[in-house]
Amino acid sequence: MSEVLFDDELDARGLNCPMPLVKARKQIGALDPGKVLKIVSTDRGSIKDFQGWAKIAANIELLAQETETEDDHDLFLHYVKRVN
Amino acid sequence: MTVSDVDQQTRTTDNPQALAARCTALEERLDRLEASQPDDKVAIVVFSGDLDKVLASFVIATGAAALGQEVSMFFTFWGLNVLKKQSKLDGKNLFEKMMAMMSPASSKELPVSQMNYFGVGAKMLRKMMADKNVASLEEMIEMSQEMGVKMLACEMSRDVMGISDEELISGLEPAGVAAFLGESLRSRTNLFI
Repeated sequence: MSEVLFDDELDARGLNCPMPLVKARKQIGALDPGKVLKIVSTDRGSIKDFQGWAKIAANIELLAQETETEDDHDLFLHYVKRVN
Repeated sequence: MTVSDVDQQTRTTDNPQALAARCTALEERLDRLEASQPDDKVAIVVFSGDLDKVLASFVIATGAAALGQEVSMFFTFWGLNVLKKQSKLDGKNLFEKMMAMMSPASSKELPVSQMNYFGVGAKMLRKMMADKNVASLEEMIEMSQEMGVKMLACEMSRDVMGISDEELISGLEPAGVAAFLGESLRSRTNLFI
């Protein structure tokens, strides 16, 4: 289990590119700076996508990424902090 | 005084005034360089009216917008078919009517660039995308508008093809080549699709 603390969660299971990013962006916009959003995705492309987002955007920080197994498929967890 | 002039003086005279002048010249140069840096923007020309190519355009546009980039899409020629919500023949001349009848009446009728087979290919692709939970083109267009993606419709090709404003979706800005260049010259990424 994860040690990373988060304030809000986005269930992006079943969504494909670019939806996990689009939804995460929308949801993190509603959070105050300093808060952390956890994103649960089934899209394995989301690993690189969230790294790309963190590299480009100045207002977020990617705290951690994890992979978990649920039933017979992988879940990709991303913890994104809104910096400002 | 240019930087190299000042450079020369500094080397030869080694006095504080010359150094100060050199600083000023360098600052001016830095200001000029900073002013010509591109912004966090992406500019996309959507020339194609093929469903597959248009989908690629919108995935990039929504993705870039999600990454915090300012996105402009410039729709021209066949790309204008993407923005149609209906086809109206009233008020069109013969060629415009022929054009309208042979063109897709809305984004839902766009063909695919390969294996279209009179529209069967496009329907199949849409079904396969829906099965894999990929957003539809119409959802992506709506999402782009919600995210503030600027959509510019080429006024010249709209006029040539005889497409009226009431055939197009709302939220578009009529634009010409300079409006596009104004965006593209300040963008880090420019695509022609």
